[in-house]
Amino acid sequence: MADRYVELKSVSKSYGGVPALTAVDFRCEPGRVHAILGENGAGKSTLMKLLAGVIQPDAGTISIGGQTVRFSSPREAAEQGTVCMFQELSLMPHLSVGDNIVLAAPRTRMGMIERSVYREAREALDLVGAKSIPLGARVSGLSLSERQLVEIAKAVFRKPKLLILDEATSALTSELVETVFGVLRMLKEQGVAILFISHRMHEVDAIADRISVFRNGRHIETFDVGARTTDEIVGLMIGRSLEELFPPRRAPVPDTAPVVLNVSNVSWASQLVDVSLAARAGEIVGLGGLDAQGQQQIMHAVFGVLRGVTGRITLNGKRLNGLKPPRVKQSDIGLALVPEDRKTEGLIPSMSVAQNMRLAVLGRAPFGLLDLDGSSEARLQELIERLALTYGSLDDPIATLSGGNQQKVVLAKWLVLSPKCLLLMDPTRGIDLPTKAQIYRLLTDLAAEGMAVILQSTDYEELIHLCDRVYVFYRGSVAKELTGDHLTADALIAASMNVHLHAGAQA
Amino acid sequence: MTDATERTVTSRWLNRDRVSVLLIALGCVALLLGGSLLYPGFLKPGYILQQLQIAAFLGIIATGAMLVILLGEIDLSVPWTITGTAIVVISASGSSNPLVASLAIPLGLCLGIAVGLLNAIGVAVFRVPAMVWTLAVNAMLLGAAVFYTGNSRPNGEVPWLATQAATGRTFGIPNAFLVWLVVAAITVWVLKRTVYGNYLYALGNSRRAVFLAGARVRLVMVATFVLAGVFSSFGAILLLGYTNQAYQGMGDPYLMPVISAVVIGGTSIQGGRGNYIGTFAGAIFITLLSSILSVMQMPPAAREMIFGAIILVMLLVHGLTNKKEGV
Amino acid sequence: MMTWLRQNARETIAALALVILFAGYIAIHPRGFSTYVVTIWSNQGTLLGLAAIAQFFVVLVKGIDLSVGSIIALTNVMGSFLLNGSPTSIALGMAVVLTVGVACGLVNGIAVVYGGVQPIVTTLATGGIFGGIALLLRPTPGGSIDETMSDALTYAVAGIPVSAVILVIVLVILLVLLRRTAVGLGLYAIGSSEQSAYMTGLRVNRLKLVAYGSSGFVAALAGTYVSMVTLTGDPNIAPSYTLNSIAAVVLGGVALSGGVGSPLGAVIGALILKTISSLMFFSGLPPLAQPFFEGLILATAIALGALGVFQVRSRLELYR
Repeated sequence: MADRYVELKSVSKSYGGVPALTAVDFRCEPGRVHAILGENGAGKSTLMKLLAGVIQPDAGTISIGGQTVRFSSPREAAEQGTVCMFQELSLMPHLSVGDNIVLAAPRTRMGMIERSVYREAREALDLVGAKSIPLGARVSGLSLSERQLVEIAKAVFRKPKLLILDEATSALTSELVETVFGVLRMLKEQGVAILFISHRMHEVDAIADRISVFRNGRHIETFDVGARTTDEIVGLMIGRSLEELFPPRRAPVPDTAPVVLNVSNVSWASQLVDVSLAARAGEIVGLGGLDAQGQQQIMHAVFGVLRGVTGRITLNGKRLNGLKPPRVKQSDIGLALVPEDRKTEGLIPSMSVAQNMRLAVLGRAPFGLLDLDGSSEARLQELIERLALTYGSLDDPIATLSGGNQQKVVLAKWLVLSPKCLLLMDPTRGIDLPTKAQIYRLLTDLAAEGMAVILQSTDYEELIHLCDRVYVFYRGSVAKELTGDHLTADALIAASMNVHLHAGAQA
Repeated sequence: MTDATERTVTSRWLNRDRVSVLLIALGCVALLLGGSLLYPGFLKPGYILQQLQIAAFLGIIATGAMLVILLGEIDLSVPWTITGTAIVVISASGSSNPLVASLAIPLGLCLGIAVGLLNAIGVAVFRVPAMVWTLAVNAMLLGAAVFYTGNSRPNGEVPWLATQAATGRTFGIPNAFLVWLVVAAITVWVLKRTVYGNYLYALGNSRRAVFLAGARVRLVMVATFVLAGVFSSFGAILLLGYTNQAYQGMGDPYLMPVISAVVIGGTSIQGGRGNYIGTFAGAIFITLLSSILSVMQMPPAAREMIFGAIILVMLLVHGLTNKKEGV
Repeated sequence: MMTWLRQNARETIAALALVILFAGYIAIHPRGFSTYVVTIWSNQGTLLGLAAIAQFFVVLVKGIDLSVGSIIALTNVMGSFLLNGSPTSIALGMAVVLTVGVACGLVNGIAVVYGGVQPIVTTLATGGIFGGIALLLRPTPGGSIDETMSDALTYAVAGIPVSAVILVIVLVILLVLLRRTAVGLGLYAIGSSEQSAYMTGLRVNRLKLVAYGSSGFVAALAGTYVSMVTLTGDPNIAPSYTLNSIAAVVLGGVALSGGVGSPLGAVIGALILKTISSLMFFSGLPPLAQPFFEGLILATAIALGALGVFQVRSRLELYR
């Protein structure tokens, strides 16, 4: 058994000249859980995709069980026993849970799928703790956590030799995580090699045997769990201390500063429940919590994306309820939103840098004629310099830029309108560290100029080091408001899970 | 490091459109040369001018179709918008009421606007796939036309202006072609230099991103369908001036050539990319092609086949180069 | 049962609408409920039903087939040459016709899958080609078809129209294949999410070819049955079948965005359309007004089906 393992030798992969993995040597053994840690953009996803046959390496070799392999599709990888549970779920929404699982490895007799396979699918679901999900339920009707369980059941069902879990447990409650870990331990006993990618340090501690740290597409170090302290690991991941990454703390904004954005008692569908929050001029206000607890929806509610929002939303005293994006971006209101998904919502990848940058300001051209709109061109030029945007030509498709520079374009698109309140949804996801630092500095500068900045983030460090105040969301409502000394990693995590830590817990 | 990144990085975005135009221009030249081997009159200015005149009708209608395709939708109501407009104009113009008679052409254009609005309601408000909705609108127009004319050829008069614009010549150049040139110039300018044009391209690429950039998405969509209706009607009025009669099904042979002209001109059927010069050349190419096929005395069936085959080959060339470039 | 109804709400509503319309049709028909009336209705419905199933296969994998009518016309015309003579030559002819149908479908599929051309323009172009071949073969309607066979397939046995039996058999086979085989589920999978299907290890390209090939096969069945019902080969029937097949799948709850719907729904949609036009014929409306009302009813039905859009609570969902 011990001779069966995955080995990468000086594997490199780049996308259009932007390196994603550089000369990576990596191996993992059967019967072990191997955690991969790294910032967004460190190359973890690329590594997974290589192993799963989604993409092929530009250089270097991958071998499995001592044999060099080159998978041209996930199908080939699966035939060799490599099963990947991707972060972006690989379920077919219109199919039933049972069909989704069975399709991964159908067993047929005379072309017909054997009914016993569905029984096995049921067993796989039961095993991962999804007893309550019926086989006949449609995936599109399931919650995110239920889908993750189905994903895991599907992976287990295929009886993998190498199982890759990419943020597989991000939406699960701690009990469910425990059940899933039980399954992983069982598979480990059976000699399965498991690659486990997670942001949650305590989960890594609980399940992993070994840890590999990646940074900027390189494999930095591999060590046994317990050989390094958490701080050391974080240091390895970001390659510098947190103090260097974040701008120095700002003085607290005085209570006399005018409230810019005021959200009171806002509810929507069943996803926002009586949410109230406020942001003053010059403040950076954080929205934290686990994924999809309502942070995104409150941003959308403010920006006028949602229908049927109840409660009251005002900006500098102007009521925003019922106004749509074309209205709220006008200069008398001055809202701007940097959306969550850069490639589908923030940008139009196939269009040029210049076109993307003008997308929001276009509407301001007098009589709809661009030739009469000279002033915004000049402002865009200023912004390009201020943001230190690196690009080949403004006429290149935006997709040729690195993730960080793409995000700068999204920011420029809105800053050219001189907004009074800037809403940012996870703006640094998948961005390299130097650009991250630049964006952090930009945000603090903007706040210093009097802008109200609302920053939704899944990165705790970001919330702790940048924000004056953080609202932690849990199941559609604000579970906790953290400020000053109370704004710590432990408090954030506890509030995200809606558990009350010791006596210090406040309302 | 997304798939989209990976796919578009290698494409030479600016050149692709030019390549399309070049390709189709070469196609036109090849058709002319090939035609001249069969029939020496092909390279005579008289023949070419006549072809440009005929291409103008197709080209003007294709302008509207192109706008809709840039948006990422499609307008299959073109055939009966053409027929309907011709019927309205010819009957109004023949009306005994002088006011109605003098307003024949504006009335025809109004029909185009109405059809455009109807299309827009289905697509922009109800979000029905354009392919289905415009097909249903086409069926309704057909029904209305049949009901109105009683299935016989409508009587009336062709307005003088329509005849002049379609068949007259200025300094030897067909008026229809001159009209088309003006339409083309305006279209190129609108697509490049106006907010509408820029949002149109952007919408064809990503509705979501444009919506989140705070654009009036619905307004742009409605405007596009209305413009398409107007162009169909405009083309129909010229066509009426040319054929000097309106008849059931006069628009039917135009759907395929119109879409073909746009698509082989390099406009992506998924929307968001393409330029008007391509459509312009595409309309001329299609016109020359059908002219040559009829000169060769191909039976209509064979013409239809060759037509389809050539279009498919052009599409495959586009498709395969796109695939290679990874667009 | 309730969950099934909820998950297949569109089909259920369509089926109810069909029952009501059919009752209306029978009530209004001068000859009332008789084998004759039902057989005519069933024959016409089967023609369009098969066309709708052909369209369904392509729509299932997120395509659209504007050449369905042309394939039906082409196979109908070929049938008018081949479907007569000795039983052996009829059988052989049948095989040829069906093969041609599959080949036409595969041409579409190959252009879409390997040529990178959008389904709508591919089939617009191939529709011209297939239609052109049909016209070349038979410029005007005509030809001869074995009448014994035609009678056997278009009359009724014991009061039950043979066409209905054929349609039911085709439906049952297809439902089993689509729901119980890996290939059938795979078609739903790639229509639902091509990327997820690929990640799951399905052979996406091959499955798409299966969908287009099946569409061609069913279109050839439809073409053959047209030959049986009309006893001629007519190259000009293409446009009406294309239009009605698309309308039928939409009415029958098949999502044009792929992955949702069933051949049963497509057939119900087709029967609704057929019943509406038959109803109109006997309704006393002036015949000249009928095409307009057909179009109007079609548009209204589609718009009603789209009313859900007003319940969407996040505008972002409107812009995909």
